Amino acid sequence: MKYFILGHAGRILFPALIILSLIVLYRGHNLPGGGFIGGLMAATAYILVGLGSTMQAAKAKLRVDPVTLLAVGLAIAIISGLPGMLGGDPFLTGEWLPTFYLPLLGAVHLGTPLIFDVGVYLVVIGFTLHTTFFLSELAESDTEEGTD
Amino acid sequence: MPVSLLISLLFIFGAALVAPSLCRLFKDKGGCLLSLAPFAAFGLLLSQSGAIAAGESIRYHIEWFSSLGCAFSLRLDGLALLMGLLVTGIGGLIVLYASGYMHGHPRLGRFYLYLLSFMGAMLGLVLSDNLIVLFVFWELTSITSYLLIGFNHEEKISRWKALMALLTTGLGAMAMLAGFLIIGQVSGSYELSEINGMGDLLQGSPFYTAMVLLVLGGAFTKSAQVPFHFWLPNAMAAPTPVSAYLHSATMVKAGVFLLARLNPSLGGMPLWENTLAIFGSVTLLLAVVLGLFQKDLKAILAYTTLGVLGLLTMLLGIGTEYAIKAMVGFLLGHALYKAALFMVAGSVDHETGTRDVTLLRGLRRLMPITAMAGGLAALSMSGLPPFFGFIGKELIYKAGVKLGGLELYFLVAAFVGNFLMMALALKAGIGPFFGKENNDALPKKPHEAPVTMWIGPVLLGVIGLVLGLLPFLVTDSIVAPAIGSILGGAIPEIKLALWHGFNLPLLLSVFTVAGGFGLFMLRGKFWAVADPVRAAIRPWGAEAMYERIFNGTIWLSKAQTRCLQTGRLHDYVFMIVAVTVGFLIWAIVNYGGLQFEMDWAQFDPIKVGLVLIMIVATIVAVTASAYMTVLVALGTVGFGVALIFVYYGAPDLAITQLLVETLTVVLFMFVILRLPPLKSMSSMATKIRDAILASTFGGLMTLLVLKAVNIQFDHAISEKLAAMSYPEAKGKNVVNVILVDFRALDTLGEIVVVAAAALGIAALVATGFKKKKGAAS
Repeated sequence: MKYFILGHAGRILFPALIILSLIVLYRGHNLPGGGFIGGLMAATAYILVGLGSTMQAAKAKLRVDPVTLLAVGLAIAIISGLPGMLGGDPFLTGEWLPTFYLPLLGAVHLGTPLIFDVGVYLVVIGFTLHTTFFLSELAESDTEEGTD
Repeated sequence: MPVSLLISLLFIFGAALVAPSLCRLFKDKGGCLLSLAPFAAFGLLLSQSGAIAAGESIRYHIEWFSSLGCAFSLRLDGLALLMGLLVTGIGGLIVLYASGYMHGHPRLGRFYLYLLSFMGAMLGLVLSDNLIVLFVFWELTSITSYLLIGFNHEEKISRWKALMALLTTGLGAMAMLAGFLIIGQVSGSYELSEINGMGDLLQGSPFYTAMVLLVLGGAFTKSAQVPFHFWLPNAMAAPTPVSAYLHSATMVKAGVFLLARLNPSLGGMPLWENTLAIFGSVTLLLAVVLGLFQKDLKAILAYTTLGVLGLLTMLLGIGTEYAIKAMVGFLLGHALYKAALFMVAGSVDHETGTRDVTLLRGLRRLMPITAMAGGLAALSMSGLPPFFGFIGKELIYKAGVKLGGLELYFLVAAFVGNFLMMALALKAGIGPFFGKENNDALPKKPHEAPVTMWIGPVLLGVIGLVLGLLPFLVTDSIVAPAIGSILGGAIPEIKLALWHGFNLPLLLSVFTVAGGFGLFMLRGKFWAVADPVRAAIRPWGAEAMYERIFNGTIWLSKAQTRCLQTGRLHDYVFMIVAVTVGFLIWAIVNYGGLQFEMDWAQFDPIKVGLVLIMIVATIVAVTASAYMTVLVALGTVGFGVALIFVYYGAPDLAITQLLVETLTVVLFMFVILRLPPLKSMSSMATKIRDAILASTFGGLMTLLVLKAVNIQFDHAISEKLAAMSYPEAKGKNVVNVILVDFRALDTLGEIVVVAAAALGIAALVATGFKKKKGAAS
């Protein structure tokens, strides 16, 4: 562990940040939040873990390649536009399930715009982490070689 | 049936799609299977000829961009039927021929894919009834012919010549599109069947000259009229089946076809007639004279093709009913014999290994069938009775002797063109097969070509003979309807025959034959001086001009790239900001100048404090001497902006700004580790220059914001979106509803950009990274 405080903070805050990002993603339709902000939060959680130990650890925690996230996110966003077309509406028309009630969450609205937002969420995570991991690798390789 | 037009197109494009897999499965036999598609389309079109001969036309129509007046409409009339039959019929024979010529070629499947796509595009072109659809197919023929001409892409010269054809015809097509748009604007329709009824409206329009010149730009480049003729002989870099197809029935005829198509609407005016007739006649004469000095079998044929294109254009320009009759007859005859001659030339090349006519002679014993086909085609081309070519030539002379005064020049041009063309025909079709055998000088021991390679030329040669003897087979069913559509009226009563009695045209024919044969006997004299003559005229030719323009364009683009793309980020930023400042000043001056009121009551201590902190942080960022300080200072500015968002009640923006700011600082940290220590690289003068520009930019932006605040916005849109948000999209956060519902397509576009940027960043950085790694290890 390179940095004591950052390392512990990363370990403890990580699950909380991920859950927070999911909440922000879900509530985005009615309150400040949404896929973009949620995605940035989730990416921050991984970066925090990486700063505390190594980016390798953060990468291991993510399990999948960020590029896969980009692709899956785009695919989800595109697929979310199709149900509307089945009903004869234009591509990306929002379609909603009937509202139902769940304990804790209260009234639940589920619809294709939420799925679309999940796509945005994944693309943002993919973009941020792909760039971060890449730049960090560059920085680490330089330190190893002892140049600069 | 109207739908048969679409089906015939689908046959050919379908065959193109399955060509690669068929060739993998059946090797060379794939070509024989594929030839069924064009023959089927040929049959389908031929089955419609009864209706066409009766004066009907068949129209197939699907709505496409109806708001732009652009429908996918096809129409079969006399002209389209003639061209469609040539495209599919000769196309089928070429596909068969190629299966022998390209025998065992590793990229056979790809070759057929290109060839059949070209064929489909060409058929679509002649069938289209909509100018925009016609343009799309036109461009498709350019692209596919580029792939075909450059098929031997390992050779640099092939690529260069293919590019020459693409650039020349592509540039012309741009002009043509502009012409089409003007026609569409003036007439209010892009449907050819409607436009052709509006000749008076178009010819009375002040834009008539513009539309004619622009359309001619497309037609002349495609049909290789002077001064755009140079690409056609160069296109001989293509494999011979391609040359046989492109230069007999199709590609190069597209320009002539377009002129004939538009003749009812644009024709009849002096501008149209004189331009066509003069450019056509010059092309004819230039081509046949240059052709005399060629020693390559394919080059000789290419120059005769050029000559024929000139002749056809000239006849269209003369525009009398006789001239149009001659044009249609000649077009049909030429397609038959020229395809045959090219295929014969390809067989000779294939079996002997050379196309040099000074080496080729006496092959008739070893290649008897090919020799017969070549002889039939050459005699038809020479215009000897009883071949169809004779009828075509008689028609030309008949049209010519009706002219008077200055126009007699065209008769002279036709006569000179014809007898030189006859000499070239004999050189290409007869010369290689007669005379003393010369087999030892040839690179390969010749023998007869395989059946797939002689069936096409023999068939075409025989058709040329049969149609000459029995012209009534095509007179009423094909030739007369085509003349009708070019003249834009009812189908005329015509009679084609070999014998019209002793008259002036016959006398001219006799002189033509005598002159042509005489020149043929003198061919050795021309070949002896061929190389020096060609070398001498080359620097003044159109091709040299093309090269100069091409190299000049490249020089210009290099020069301006050197000037604008310095490779220094500093310069780029300077340029971007300077241009923006220029536009800002222009916009402010042009749109009402500055008018704004300051509401000093707005300034409360919190806002003023935030702004002061940000100003101080900015000054620190500019003057700091360590990266870390700059980073912290910039972060401070960013967080200040976020707080201002909070203050004005934009929580979504504020959260995003905070997160982005945090991540930016983290990402910068990684980069900073790689950078050398911050040094001052600029001189004092540069710094002062940058400072002035930066403060001007900042000041202008401030003024712009102040001005924007004071402009009365129409609040209707934002209010409407806010009101619609919950009932329509079940969301109370309007910002998010706009992002994921109302304007979801925009967001989709944005995340695609984000994904592409992620991959781009990796690629950009990785290039430098690997280079460095390679140098270190």
